[in-house]
Amino acid sequence: MAHAYTPGLKVLKESKVQKTRLLPLKGTVHANKGQQVSPATIVASTALPGNVQMVNVAGMLNTDPDDVLDIMLKKPGDVIEKNEALAQSKGIFGLFKSTLPCPVTGTLESISEITGQVVLREAPIPVEVDGYITGEVIEELPQEGVVVETTGVFIQGIFGIGGERQGEIVTIVDDPSSEITGDLLKEEYKGKILIGGSFISLAAFQKAMKIGVAGIIVGGFNYQDLKPILGYDLGVAITGGENIPTALIVTEGFGQINIASRTFELLKSHEGKVASINGATQIRAGVIRPEVIIPLTKEQQQGVDQAIDAAGGITNGSLVRVIRAPWFGVLGTVKSLPPELCHMESGTLVRVAEVTLPSGEVVLLPRANLEMVETD
Amino acid sequence: MSEQKRDFSNARSILATDCGSTTTKAILIELVDGEYRQTFRGEAPTTVEAPFEDVTRGVLNSVLEVEELARTRNDNRRILNGEEIITPQDGDSGVDIYISTSSAGGGLQMMVAGVVKSMTGESAERAALGAGAIVMDVLASNDGRLPHEKISRIRQLRPDMILLSGGIDGGTVSHVVELAEILHAANPKPRLGMSYKLPVIYAGNKEAKQTIWETLGSVTDLKIVDNIRPVLERENLQPSRDEIHELFMEHVMAQAPGYKKLMSWTDAPIMPTPGAVGAIIQTVAKLMDISVVGVDIGGATTDMFSVFDGIFNRTVSANLGMSYSVCNVLAEASLPNVLRWVPMEMDETELMNRIGNKMIRPTTIPQAMEELKIEQAIAREALRLSFVQHKQFAVGLKGVQKERTISDAFDQSGSGETLVDMMNLDLMVGSGGVLSHAPRRHQSARMMIDAFLPEGITQLAVDSIFMMPHLGVLSTVHEKAATEVFTKDCLIYLGSCIAPVGPIKPGKKMLDISLTFADGKTETHELMQGDMFSIQVAYEEPVKAVLKPAKGLDIGAGKAQEITTELQGGLVGLIFDGRGRQPFVLPEDPTTRVAKLQEWSLATAEYPETETAAE
Repeated sequence: MAHAYTPGLKVLKESKVQKTRLLPLKGTVHANKGQQVSPATIVASTALPGNVQMVNVAGMLNTDPDDVLDIMLKKPGDVIEKNEALAQSKGIFGLFKSTLPCPVTGTLESISEITGQVVLREAPIPVEVDGYITGEVIEELPQEGVVVETTGVFIQGIFGIGGERQGEIVTIVDDPSSEITGDLLKEEYKGKILIGGSFISLAAFQKAMKIGVAGIIVGGFNYQDLKPILGYDLGVAITGGENIPTALIVTEGFGQINIASRTFELLKSHEGKVASINGATQIRAGVIRPEVIIPLTKEQQQGVDQAIDAAGGITNGSLVRVIRAPWFGVLGTVKSLPPELCHMESGTLVRVAEVTLPSGEVVLLPRANLEMVETD
Repeated sequence: MSEQKRDFSNARSILATDCGSTTTKAILIELVDGEYRQTFRGEAPTTVEAPFEDVTRGVLNSVLEVEELARTRNDNRRILNGEEIITPQDGDSGVDIYISTSSAGGGLQMMVAGVVKSMTGESAERAALGAGAIVMDVLASNDGRLPHEKISRIRQLRPDMILLSGGIDGGTVSHVVELAEILHAANPKPRLGMSYKLPVIYAGNKEAKQTIWETLGSVTDLKIVDNIRPVLERENLQPSRDEIHELFMEHVMAQAPGYKKLMSWTDAPIMPTPGAVGAIIQTVAKLMDISVVGVDIGGATTDMFSVFDGIFNRTVSANLGMSYSVCNVLAEASLPNVLRWVPMEMDETELMNRIGNKMIRPTTIPQAMEELKIEQAIAREALRLSFVQHKQFAVGLKGVQKERTISDAFDQSGSGETLVDMMNLDLMVGSGGVLSHAPRRHQSARMMIDAFLPEGITQLAVDSIFMMPHLGVLSTVHEKAATEVFTKDCLIYLGSCIAPVGPIKPGKKMLDISLTFADGKTETHELMQGDMFSIQVAYEEPVKAVLKPAKGLDIGAGKAQEITTELQGGLVGLIFDGRGRQPFVLPEDPTTRVAKLQEWSLATAEYPETETAAE
């Protein structure tokens, strides 16, 4: 049977999810293999080298660079406090000496007789990595971090902003086509993860940030509303480092688009459970999509965990989502995958799929505009 | 294989691959009736990333496709023996030369440093770009940033290598040493592979070599080459470019999965893809003695190349592309500039959402005509902005004292003027998905004309199947084969654009045109301001033309000067563009603008539906 590889977003009821928790530099791993961790557990830590400051001692004390060594009051390796004397000029006949106070607290790293510059390194910056999800450490990566595994719901969005957050799931709309409006957002949602339908406006999202909502999961969002939130035009979809209180996960795309019913129902069925979400998105080689993970306890698991054959691609009968106009957002079933290239309305010659839409209509679509809906 | 120096002059067959970020493309070139022709082409997904993590897997898959296609013509043809490329050719088996380029894993990412940003900084940038690198940042003593800001920038960017220049020979030592001290303090780590030292090339004041060595020798893998700018009046870029290629092979490529194996297969060093494209453009400009502008518009970046008066320049606009960075085109160009090319009324929010959706689903294809028109409108702006950047960078050396005569008194042009002279441009070559794979070649021609605004008479062409990288690396081992395939199989000639330059009132006549076709037929036309029309002329049958511009307008020989010339046709033919140059103005009123865009579309057979509507 013909098939085509069309990677899709995962919407899994119950799956083993592994998250690698890595330090930016080598450091100390605190969690052991087999240990149960929670989102707040510090699993590894390290110290990033401190900021470097360069001080032009020769220039500031009006001396030649090759005389700098003679006027330094500290030598390489010395620890020095802010405002402590770093160097002192010779003055005139030993009088009128000028003293240069140190601009930062740190360690003197080097002195250059060529440029008259002194390099100071500030104290190391501590960095901690937490567990992010509730689960078990299944692997220790010496000096680098750990791999945490859990069993639970795993849903990928198409685009997001804001980094890792945790919170209780609250569904605030009735159906996948409803919009999150400002009046639906209440103070009691502080720290919660809210599930919406087709859309959230800029004003409503700003209200959510003001309340301190941990995260919002919704079908669509306007591209032009990103700028007022981020403070800049998002030119390339690399996100996750934004300093905003509320993470946003868009499941379908830009515009007003109903959240997929399956995604909506699945999230709704876990109302009240704590989810870990991450809005970080990177759409280039090594794609990162935003995610929602709801760890399930042994009692909550139903054992429907199945291996998903993601590499198998779409075949006749596959459930697919159309990801470009004119049928953008519509779910359909693949009827056939004709081998020959076909001309589209735009004149483009492409490989196609025959797709049956929910209305029963059969349409010819470019395979590149289909996304397999990976479900279990 | 690469260890041995073989004589390639009698090569019967050449296999070339280009390992791109997403696709590996293989082409087979064979000697057919005494001339080199590209015969078969195959492609397969690049396999640098998990789960394969071995670039040679994708290479073998693409070559396998070539082999299968070749066997449809000759059942005995073999290129692969299991997982090996057979070289040299023996009967129907194997190829005489195997070569490759690569841009997988993000290509070569560099930082450069110089003392004065517009002088040695710019020379270093030119050297790195010419070698095929993406320049992430230019550090300079006078760039306005404090030392700690420079240090954190170096740490944050983690380049593949750094090119440090500064000072003419015998000039400043302290400034260039200060830059070295900043590098030392930053103690940068390379992007790929934690276990090796970051390669740094020093190409500055020779008086500072010893101190640079003392400062950076222990913390980086330091290479010292000849000064990039030994005197203000002259650049010496080649030693730096050669060293960049050397280090690219030794360090960057060697870190990428499977490249060690690939390097052992090839008969010439693997070149960064843009470096190879630059090589073929230079070769062609030299051999045909013409000025050329080339563009390769991709999903994330747009590369521009030019050769004017024998001087080669390359720029890469790192965030101007058609998918991954399409929203950046929107941000940099601004919405009104994109909208001015959309030949229909469109809601702004809707347009922005559609562009945003292309960014987050970069592999989708425009199915509806409306979607295609939006993509091609954005492409015009991506190309225009890349060209603006190119013109700003492709300049004469700055800081050079010029001797002036009395005749220059009224023409006080300084040093550092752009070398890009649109009136003297002979050939414009477009490449990359949106140009090479546009459903109609007329669309490619229109996108290039609208974005670059060629002046006078300019020939237009597109790279048929993106084989310029392959031919670029081939030109380093077999120039004859590279140029033969370039002119016969690589380029698809679209035709010529004829555009008078100069101010004129709306609706006035710009040009009298007399054409004599190959079959002796003659035609006369008038080009009015604000009009555009095309005439079908095949590439093989150029027409003789007499062009007489109106008062104040120039078509190549000076204001109001008539010219007699031969106009080269192509798949699109001749496009006469009366929309004006210097100034080029589009109607500001949206309704008038849309009507005009539709009229020009129809006149140049751009979109089929406008033809149907007109019928």
